[in-house]
Amino acid sequence: MAVNSRSSGGEASPAFELKAAGFTLPIIRLLDGNMEAVAEQLGVKVEQAPDFFRNTPVVIDLTVYPDGAGDVEFPMLVGLLRGYGMIPFGVRGGTKAQNVAAEGMELAILGDAFIRSAKPAGGTANQPVGGGADSGAGGQDPGHGSTINGTLVTRPVRSGQRVYAAGGDLSVIASVSSGAEVMADGNIHCYGPLRGRALAGARGNTEARIFCSDLQAELVSVAGHYRVSENIPADLRGVPVQVYLDQKILRIEKI
Amino acid sequence: MARIIVITSGKGGVGKTTTAAALAMGLAQRGSRTAVIDFDVGLRNLDLIMGCERRVVYDFVNVINHEANLNQALIRDKRCDNLYVLPASQTRDKDALTKEGVGRVLDELSQGFDFIVCDSPAGIEHGATMAMYYADDAVVVTNPEVSSVRDSDRMLGILASKSRRAEANEEPIREFLLLTRYDAARVDNGEMLSVKDVQDILSLNLLGVIPESKAVLNASNAGVPVILDRESDAGLAYGDAVGRYLGEDLPHRFVNAEKKGFFSRLFGG
Repeated sequence: MAVNSRSSGGEASPAFELKAAGFTLPIIRLLDGNMEAVAEQLGVKVEQAPDFFRNTPVVIDLTVYPDGAGDVEFPMLVGLLRGYGMIPFGVRGGTKAQNVAAEGMELAILGDAFIRSAKPAGGTANQPVGGGADSGAGGQDPGHGSTINGTLVTRPVRSGQRVYAAGGDLSVIASVSSGAEVMADGNIHCYGPLRGRALAGARGNTEARIFCSDLQAELVSVAGHYRVSENIPADLRGVPVQVYLDQKILRIEKI
Repeated sequence: MARIIVITSGKGGVGKTTTAAALAMGLAQRGSRTAVIDFDVGLRNLDLIMGCERRVVYDFVNVINHEANLNQALIRDKRCDNLYVLPASQTRDKDALTKEGVGRVLDELSQGFDFIVCDSPAGIEHGATMAMYYADDAVVVTNPEVSSVRDSDRMLGILASKSRRAEANEEPIREFLLLTRYDAARVDNGEMLSVKDVQDILSLNLLGVIPESKAVLNASNAGVPVILDRESDAGLAYGDAVGRYLGEDLPHRFVNAEKKGFFSRLFGG
């Protein structure tokens, strides 16, 4: 599980830096609404490795929470987790009602768009507690097909649309309009004009690259290191380039 | 079954209602039974452009709310027997448009008409999404300037993801571009985006290029769809657009600036 916070504006402030970073966090995947059973089983787990859970931020995962199990008793669950020394800070994969209830407990709602697409894959995992590293391809619109380890987009990505290839590469063989956003955990390949934003290595993979045949992007980013349009030299615009990280410096280079 | 065409843009003031009136009239004149619906509840304009504002009794919202039936609300155009107008309500707001209600009205209209033209309100909120939800075809009206092009692009994204066809995973909506208020002379001077510039960004099937023309405002003021003005370039351009929509292969007129002749240059014509 990763949390991406991404800076969008180009305003630099001397007091702080806005950067994206990826974290691997334990998730508590709820399989049952019976809090007593959860408490009991969690107790056993924590006893096995008390240090592991002390002051550990955790995410409550509701992707496989059964519909018939009633409302999630967030106050009880949060109290329970805190009691074991954990710091529950967010939920993912919940329904609207569950999210509202979670917000009532001041829990953050995480990555909803991504979860919806990853949901079918989530059903097979049956570990109640564990480090979550889901992979799956996300794309909200028709014309987006997923291949084994990546996502293929064949229709233009229009202004306001977002495409996120979770866990792999993203290939776009149409244009990415200004105001659109393409993201991938791996590389991004764009064979039409790239006019929107492209964010490769969205979960912090510094090896990720962006390849495009016509760079006119508003913003390019690799693992949170970004450059806005204004800072892209004119001679690199409108030509085939690759964007990659070299010693934490974002390089744009003709290919 | 009728073909449902939405006239949309995202941005306001680009000529959606003018286009809806012109296309509907054009289709009706070519013999298709056509209904044109104003989705701009609360800011109704189509009845003015169509020149039937004094004959509005019931409106779209009345039909949705079962306060009137379709036949009571539809206004037959005086100039063309195949054309009917379903006006919007001026006293309600867009929340009155429900997905079920709109679907039912369109369903009912589909029985008796060949084409249903939906005039979308500006914006991407409820009214606009209701207008495009059931569409089979979309005409995206765009002015040759960057903000309009971007809004159209946004609208195309919504068409591709939030329509009934998208949700049901059917064949996507057919999308057409209609460029309006095109001033070839200003394009030549580099003051306006060219057809090619717009096509580079939107890459759509070009339905027509409507030149900037005084005839459009005159026609609106008179309540006559501009397509009926056979003297004007805008009217002719709309006529061509209707032909192209119906599958005719017509060259694009009015894309290049008129070369001024020797005499007109001499006499400042």
